Amino acid sequence: MSGYLLPAIIAGSAIAAACGVVGWFIVLRGQVFAADALSHFAFTGAIAGLVIGISPQLGVFGCTIGCGALLAIIAGRKVADDLTIGIGVTWFLGLGVLALAILSHNGNEGTGAATALFGSIDTLTGGDAAIAVSIAAVVIGLVAAIGRPLLYASLSPAVAHARGIPVRLLNTLAFIALAAVVAEATQALGALLLLALIAAPAGAAHHLARRPAAGIAIAAGIAIGSVWVGLAISYRLPALPASSTIACVTAVAFAAATLISRLRGSSPRHAHTDAVERHAHEPIAGAGEYHTHPTP
Amino acid sequence: MIQMLSYPFMQHALIAGTLIAVMSGTLGWFMVLRTQVFAGHTLSAMSFPGAAAALVIGIPLALGYYIVCICAAIAIGWRTPTRQLTGNLTSARIGTIQVVGFAAGFTLLGYSTHILGGLDQLLFGTFLGIDRTQLYVLFAMTCVVVIVTACIGRPLVFASLDPELAAAIGLPVRALDMGFLVLLGTVVAATAQITGALLVFALLVTPPAIAQRLTARPVRGMMLSAAIGVAIIWLSLICAYFSVYPLGFFTTTIGFAVYVIVVIRQRSASRARPVVA
Repeated sequence: MSGYLLPAIIAGSAIAAACGVVGWFIVLRGQVFAADALSHFAFTGAIAGLVIGISPQLGVFGCTIGCGALLAIIAGRKVADDLTIGIGVTWFLGLGVLALAILSHNGNEGTGAATALFGSIDTLTGGDAAIAVSIAAVVIGLVAAIGRPLLYASLSPAVAHARGIPVRLLNTLAFIALAAVVAEATQALGALLLLALIAAPAGAAHHLARRPAAGIAIAAGIAIGSVWVGLAISYRLPALPASSTIACVTAVAFAAATLISRLRGSSPRHAHTDAVERHAHEPIAGAGEYHTHPTP
Repeated sequence: MIQMLSYPFMQHALIAGTLIAVMSGTLGWFMVLRTQVFAGHTLSAMSFPGAAAALVIGIPLALGYYIVCICAAIAIGWRTPTRQLTGNLTSARIGTIQVVGFAAGFTLLGYSTHILGGLDQLLFGTFLGIDRTQLYVLFAMTCVVVIVTACIGRPLVFASLDPELAAAIGLPVRALDMGFLVLLGTVVAATAQITGALLVFALLVTPPAIAQRLTARPVRGMMLSAAIGVAIIWLSLICAYFSVYPLGFFTTTIGFAVYVIVVIRQRSASRARPVVA
């Protein structure tokens, strides 16, 4: 591989590691929709940055982290509910549309929106890679520092609160960490595809490992591996954009982990009763309510 | 004002807006009740890969929308007995489905250069240029939605509020789950090709959210949510007609403003009304 891929690999790996670590907590808390919402805020931030005349990156970070903190404050001690997030997302997309219209009135449309939506990992420079590595280090450090109480607060917020753990503060910090990761990942994967690195590796890890440390390590590992494999496929087949191949590799990893846990979980003889039993405990498909399975 | 109504494109836009608001107000009420907002968001986003795939393969656009949206609905509703150790994988699964859709759409865009210019329109849509055939399709869809809701409305409310009890008395909870998602996918596909993905989702989530804050009764809630949706879309069509800014901005902003006003009024009145869900 030639040298121009080096910044992409370094930046991509750092972003992937941070996404995997934060994503593990996000999936544990059932908050993938919040990550999705933040990625839409990132899109609006990028376009708004172009309109105001500051750099899109600054717009992305300001908008995403500001909205992340706001969502956490609205949610308070609870986990932010999907309805609030959904209404916020529609409004921010509406604002993004407005910004896009203003931008095209000024005769400045074209690649800006497409880059914000789908990213451009191939065009990252050495400086971008350095920024990505430092942001990833800060986020992973933050999660490592608050990891144990955050785990407690995620699994049983009420008990954690009763024992004096600052649940509200932890929720806010978790959201800010997520927002920082989303803002950074927007550059590489784009607002629409960065969810791949947050949701899929972490989902796979929750299938494969029971212990938190192992799960977090697996999530980060799958995320980094997906970036490498995705970049390699896109390098071999230039018709496929790197952000798409990375997203598809993560999805394949998630599907494989689901299959593995299915094969491990229930022998064919008991598959049916298992299904019926599980069905009774499962929430409605697609429901966003907070929910953890008892470990069998 | 009167002159506005004399243009056929405005007449069509107002009729289409009314039909879409009625459909999404009704189905959105169930979506909000069942806390499937993320699923609804993902389904409305799936119109993008649907359009891209149809353009590249060369099948009619509408067919692409329907196929991809319905497939996504089935993928979201599909549940296999897996061994899930920790966490809430439902949201991770929906997120992954959404991302695969976008990745496929983005890759396909590379093969079909002439729709890249229409990317904004694909996602954010316009209401102009709706023809008579599309109005008939929307009218038929609205009839289907109203009839199906009238038929399965009661068991669906029951199965949404208490799936375990509903299963225990013999309601086909799984079939209702899947049926609802597929119906939602179909309606989203029918609507998104006319209005764009954003507007569909805005009308699916905001009017029902407002209605559920105002009344807990299902039939009244659905009718209120449809009425709020119609009011929002009419108001924003009028605003968009007189301004240079896009319809999507007005629809989302008016909806958001009404929601915030309702929430603040309820908070300040500080009497907890019973809210379903």
